[in-house]
Amino acid sequence: MLEFFHFKKAIPFMRHGKTTTTISLATFVFSVFALLFYGLNLGVDFTGGTVMEVRYAQAAPIDNIREAIKATGYHEVAVQNFGSTQDVLIRLPLKEGVSSAQVSEQIMGVLKTGTPDVSLSKVDFVGGQVGQELYENGGLALILVAAGIIIYLAFRFEWRFAVSAAVANLHDVVIILGLFAFFQWQFDLTVLAGILAILGYSVNESVVVFDRIRENIRTMRDDTIPDIIDSAITTTMSRTIITHISTQIMVLAMLWFGGEALHNFALALTIGIMFGIYSSVLVASPLLLLFGLQREHMIPKESEKIEGMSADGSVV
Amino acid sequence: MIAVILLVGVIYSVPNFFPSEPAVQLSSKVDKTIDPATMQRFEQALQAKGLTIRASENNGQQALFRFEDTDVQLKASEALKAAVGDEFIVALNLAPSTPGWLRSLNANPMFLGLDLRGGVHFLMEVDMKAALDKQIDRYEDEFRDFLREKDIKYLGIAREGDTVLAKFRDAASRDAAQAALSDEYRDNLQFTVPQGSTDLQASISQVAMLNIQKFALQQNITTLRKRVNELGVSEPVIQQQGTNRIVVQLPGVQDTARAKEILGATATLEFRLVDETNDAAQAQQSGRAPIGSQIYKERSGSPILLKRQVMLTGDYIIDASSGFDDNNRPAVHITLDGKGASRFSKVTGENQKKLMGVVFIETKIESKEIDGKQVKTSSTTQEVINVARIQEQLGKRFQITGLDSPKEARDLALLLRAGALAAPVYIVEERTVGPSMGKENIEKGFNSNLWGFIAVVLFMVIYYRVFGMISSVALAINGFFLFALLSMIQATLTLPGLAGIALTLGMAIDANVLINERIREELRAGASPQVAINVGYDRAWGTIIDSNLTTLIAGIALFLLGSGPIKGFAVVLCLGILTSMFSAVTVSRAMVNLVYGYKPHLQKIEI
Repeated sequence: MLEFFHFKKAIPFMRHGKTTTTISLATFVFSVFALLFYGLNLGVDFTGGTVMEVRYAQAAPIDNIREAIKATGYHEVAVQNFGSTQDVLIRLPLKEGVSSAQVSEQIMGVLKTGTPDVSLSKVDFVGGQVGQELYENGGLALILVAAGIIIYLAFRFEWRFAVSAAVANLHDVVIILGLFAFFQWQFDLTVLAGILAILGYSVNESVVVFDRIRENIRTMRDDTIPDIIDSAITTTMSRTIITHISTQIMVLAMLWFGGEALHNFALALTIGIMFGIYSSVLVASPLLLLFGLQREHMIPKESEKIEGMSADGSVV
Repeated sequence: MIAVILLVGVIYSVPNFFPSEPAVQLSSKVDKTIDPATMQRFEQALQAKGLTIRASENNGQQALFRFEDTDVQLKASEALKAAVGDEFIVALNLAPSTPGWLRSLNANPMFLGLDLRGGVHFLMEVDMKAALDKQIDRYEDEFRDFLREKDIKYLGIAREGDTVLAKFRDAASRDAAQAALSDEYRDNLQFTVPQGSTDLQASISQVAMLNIQKFALQQNITTLRKRVNELGVSEPVIQQQGTNRIVVQLPGVQDTARAKEILGATATLEFRLVDETNDAAQAQQSGRAPIGSQIYKERSGSPILLKRQVMLTGDYIIDASSGFDDNNRPAVHITLDGKGASRFSKVTGENQKKLMGVVFIETKIESKEIDGKQVKTSSTTQEVINVARIQEQLGKRFQITGLDSPKEARDLALLLRAGALAAPVYIVEERTVGPSMGKENIEKGFNSNLWGFIAVVLFMVIYYRVFGMISSVALAINGFFLFALLSMIQATLTLPGLAGIALTLGMAIDANVLINERIREELRAGASPQVAINVGYDRAWGTIIDSNLTTLIAGIALFLLGSGPIKGFAVVLCLGILTSMFSAVTVSRAMVNLVYGYKPHLQKIEI
């Protein structure tokens, strides 16, 4: 049997509660700091503007392109290579009075006069109003997902579990956002989708541990709550790591083979998965203790005996 | 049971793996069905150019010709446009090469999104403010005509903000005007009297406001649809979004500049008398129109001669709606404004019993490259959309009858309105993906799925051995299920959708890991293999449900609030969770039973 993790005894995670909380707090504060001071590098999806991707037959004359476009009156233009020397990304801000749709044509006209061997691979134009709406909807989706998860977990477990899981998750989200802000990676709609997927995914982790805690509360009658949590984390550890490895394999495949379009999406997922492991184990569970989880919270009253419950209270 | 579901899964996912073939699609411009005789005409046109048709089909509404390669396809499209382009919309298409028996089971491949096949996506916003402005200006004009007609004296009528303010000398004439006006415009306007004055203020009612918006939107959708047909796009999407936006998706369109030009055309209408003394067919043959006349084409493509003099232009039309006349025949009711009515009444009075044609004119600005320079030229297309006999002198309200069907009446009404007051539309979002980019995106999406899957399988087999293999097969089956489900609901596959598939496959393995770990744990605790398997599956089930449902919640929120690419991702995510819950538990359990089930005294299992 190939095993990476075989622990004879429960690892005393909870004893290190202070250390882990400090680490979390530090990364959290760092992320908030990065968000405040650097701000997210929002893509056109949210700010409005035009992004064009063009492909040249030979290596693209970046400087000439920049000058040519500036000559048409767009001063805040960003021109850069991406992927290869032939592919060029051109980013233009919204301009008052110029009909949105004309921008890409105008630029292509300019580029073609310089070098005829240029073809348009992609244009994204988003109007200011639409960008604002996409931004608001994104925020709303984030809140809705968090609320939905809290309600479900509160219903299925108990409010302490729900809040702990939600806090652990938002901790992940803030860290992803913080890293995106710190490194000034482009934040667009697909990254937002990735973050929302991570919300669902990483709560998954917390749920698996919680499930085990609930079960242990019923079976491990003589142990303290911290011991129970330690045991739950230790026994699910192997599964946590294996699952994350396989999901991460898929995401890495996306990062390597998916090209530019999926790059930041996969990046957001990668960060999310990494911190997902950490937060579900070492943020959500200490929070449970902090909220004062007691055995009584999870044991049904005598009158509500579950069908098939054996003498020691376990359910098989 | 599982075998049947598996078979269904395979059948419905398989069509996605057939390559698509270049094809040309034809459909009638005037909604005529395509009969075998017409099909023969198409075939002759193609054979005349020496082009070989690989296959053809006709479902009455659309004819489809498949060709060997894109080269032949382009030539065929040119040939067909030249031969029957007047009557039919000729569009390039990529037709799936799914075998007939699969198609008869309704097993069709998914649509490919614009990011995978190339094309344009526009989000257009109707300028509602402009639509309202026009309406208010119009009321201002109408009030003058109306009060003059009713012989009610006023001092002045002017627009004030979003209202029309009429000033009167005394309260008595004001009251008379109010009574008459509110009678006339009961449904559309609200009248108020400013305190202590002899004025009358009219504002558009809430209901009427909504109507104007609905009207402006509907009208723009109609014109856009008509123009898109002209572009020759095989599967265009033109949809309302929200209260003031229209989504236009043109898959496969490469020339976005041309698309924008055609979509941004302005339409006008002209009423002209028909030249009944000369023969139109003869004029067309000689290529020369008689003096004072001009050759036009009807929608069916046949020529018609119209007098050069314009009786009336569409600017004067306030409203056009379809309905029925007194004899219950389909009709279009047209309302003109004051100026238009008096002019129209004069010319129709002079020309009773004569034929009148309605010309629909579209003007578009085209930019062409001449000597390496961009030159903007405007071009117009003109088409006679209706010919009717003037029965009597016509006034403010009149109707056009002699229409074949209520549908034709509806179409005509929409076109008449389109030529009348068009609220301007602006493009507020554009996403264009070139065709090579689309192909690359498919490749990349597919590759990341493939390599990711292979790596996961390797990992699982090394780590869990036989159970790893079972999990991997379950994962593959899950992939098939997901594809089948997406094909059944005819979802549109996009690049984020492909990413969603990869992600769900990665996450789907979680259920199997949970089960396998549980079985190992039971074995460690000293349970016999059979018991360990049973307990493992049972105990893992609750956890699987909980953890998947939370992800499902995230997926649903994404679907509800996401737009475009996010929605595609959300659909895949949600369906993927459902299929993975099924395959991870049921399918893998069945396989475990198959492998180990027949051994009652199992000593050792490979996990």
